[in-house]
Amino acid sequence: MAAETVDISHAMVMAPATAGDWLVVAPVAIPILFGALLLMVRHETRLHSGLAIGGLLMTLATNIGLLARILNEGPQVMTMGRWLPPFGISFTADALGASLALVATLVACVCAFYGLKDIGATGRRYGFYPFMLLMMAGVGGSFLTGDIFNLYVWFEVFVISSFGMLILGSTHQQLDGATKYAILNLVGTTLFLTATAFLYGIFGTLNMADIARKADAMRETGPLVTLTMLYLLAFGMKAAAFPVNFWLPASYHTPRIVTAALFGGVLTKVGVYALLRVLVMLFPDERQVLSGVIAWVAAATMILGIMGALAQSDIRRMLGFVVISGVGVMMAGLALGTEEGLTGTVLYAFHSVLAMTALYLLAGVMNEIGGSYSLHDLSGLYRKSPLIAALALLLVLAVAGLPPASGLWPKVLLVRASIDAGQPWLSFAILLTGFLTTVALGRVYILAIWRQKEAPAGEAAAAASPRIGYAALVILTVPVLLLGIYPDPFIRIAAAAATGLIDSSAYVGAVFPMGVQP
Amino acid sequence: MEAILSFFVAIFFAVSIYLMLSKHIIRILLGVSIFGNAVNLTIFTVGRVVREVPPIIPEALQMPDTITANPLPQALILTAIVISFSFFAFLLVLAFRAYQELGTDDTDGMRVAEPEGEPLPPLGY
Repeated sequence: MAAETVDISHAMVMAPATAGDWLVVAPVAIPILFGALLLMVRHETRLHSGLAIGGLLMTLATNIGLLARILNEGPQVMTMGRWLPPFGISFTADALGASLALVATLVACVCAFYGLKDIGATGRRYGFYPFMLLMMAGVGGSFLTGDIFNLYVWFEVFVISSFGMLILGSTHQQLDGATKYAILNLVGTTLFLTATAFLYGIFGTLNMADIARKADAMRETGPLVTLTMLYLLAFGMKAAAFPVNFWLPASYHTPRIVTAALFGGVLTKVGVYALLRVLVMLFPDERQVLSGVIAWVAAATMILGIMGALAQSDIRRMLGFVVISGVGVMMAGLALGTEEGLTGTVLYAFHSVLAMTALYLLAGVMNEIGGSYSLHDLSGLYRKSPLIAALALLLVLAVAGLPPASGLWPKVLLVRASIDAGQPWLSFAILLTGFLTTVALGRVYILAIWRQKEAPAGEAAAAASPRIGYAALVILTVPVLLLGIYPDPFIRIAAAAATGLIDSSAYVGAVFPMGVQP
Repeated sequence: MEAILSFFVAIFFAVSIYLMLSKHIIRILLGVSIFGNAVNLTIFTVGRVVREVPPIIPEALQMPDTITANPLPQALILTAIVISFSFFAFLLVLAFRAYQELGTDDTDGMRVAEPEGEPLPPLGY
């Protein structure tokens, strides 16, 4: 048959991808590449940590490049397989996704570094680092993809890698925690898939930009409020919002502390991100209908979460509940839906990723020096290490939302936004949560650091000097402090993310530059 | 056709939710497995069912000349099947190991990570 020349330019991407386009997928491709590389050298365990840290640093560099480009030029798109959107899967990076991916990669770097100490040869042989890299690929993919089914796939990628990290060690506690975590997370992601099936049935498309521009036309005919409620349930489960959050305190204290740090910092924020993306960008009117429900869920999550923290004597279990109450604070901004409220939510997400990871690592270092995670046993750490006392004070202030650390500004924004929106009770809930957090973490500080117990003879010699732990904590404390003292650039990024969510025209315009109606 | 399939979807969801409400891990896992299949059937149904016209473009044409079956739900379902199958395999091994180590598959008895009757944190010193 004679070769026909067919004009395919109205169905396919004709121009080759430029170097800048590759930046959109690099934060996902590099961790996958290094994860695969680590699997190939799985017997050479001494190479693992170096390769993992190197890979994550490269990812971090591309994340910075991507965010800088987005802040200058607007959302960036790369469409896979040359099919024009909405048929090809479009990776669409905007300020929200790229900035969260950047913060998440930063804490992953620090966790990989802390893993030098926390993950021994056995942990490396069982594949801690490959799991970690693949999990970060899943997290990065979730933040950057512009296709809702693809978002589901990335969710599954990071969830199944997190199983591997959670179960590493196979103690009784871990088996118990991992069973609950695994089953409930699988149910959550399957609910997400159910919602996506209905979304496809209504819209006939899975591209988020395409959905955003078609939602107005579907409002009269499609059951969009029901659909939004399903998404709220599915992502709420992933984010650990109140009635569906019991998998988190059941499991987050069981793995190694570096795993807990990474999970506590990053994973729930992916759920919050997905809530923001779907509820604010795709279905804003439906979110408005549900805003009362979301506000109650937010208030219940933050207050019941921190009350759970008050009842714990194991620091790791307490931190699990602190993570939950942070999710409640973030959902307050989602309930308001105003630009200021969403800015507060995004800023709180940055703060929460950094501060929660730092707190878990702090618990690890306290365990190294004091030999326990229990508030009954820990004592007198101030005398053993003044540095840890200083870092702990800063982190306690950060999570409690007090100056000079990072928690202050997002809470200021959220409180002001909820008063402006005529919901003063929500700002009361946020402030009450802040007060109870101060009590819960202040008690840890008083008992573990200030209290002097009569030490049994010969115990003092055991005190090691955890240099790696100190270094990791200092690296994380710098941005925490910076966010508190000089918040302006962070607020600007968060505001750019919030405006991008409320007015999706830049996002849609980046995916469909011609504005063509298929 | 869609009506009959929706009916089956409803039965699948009902059975899976009933099983997942059980206290026994193995019944929960069977429920999760049926839940996954219920979703797959949902995707198949919402993609609109067209019989006996495969989505193949005839030779010498640029696009199909009649309405064909929708190929996208099949791609979505295939992805979902692969994922849920691997999850189910992992969960079965995990549940079996937990049963061996903890000696029970009753979720009420699985209190190793969150033991009952823990003392309160110290209230002062």
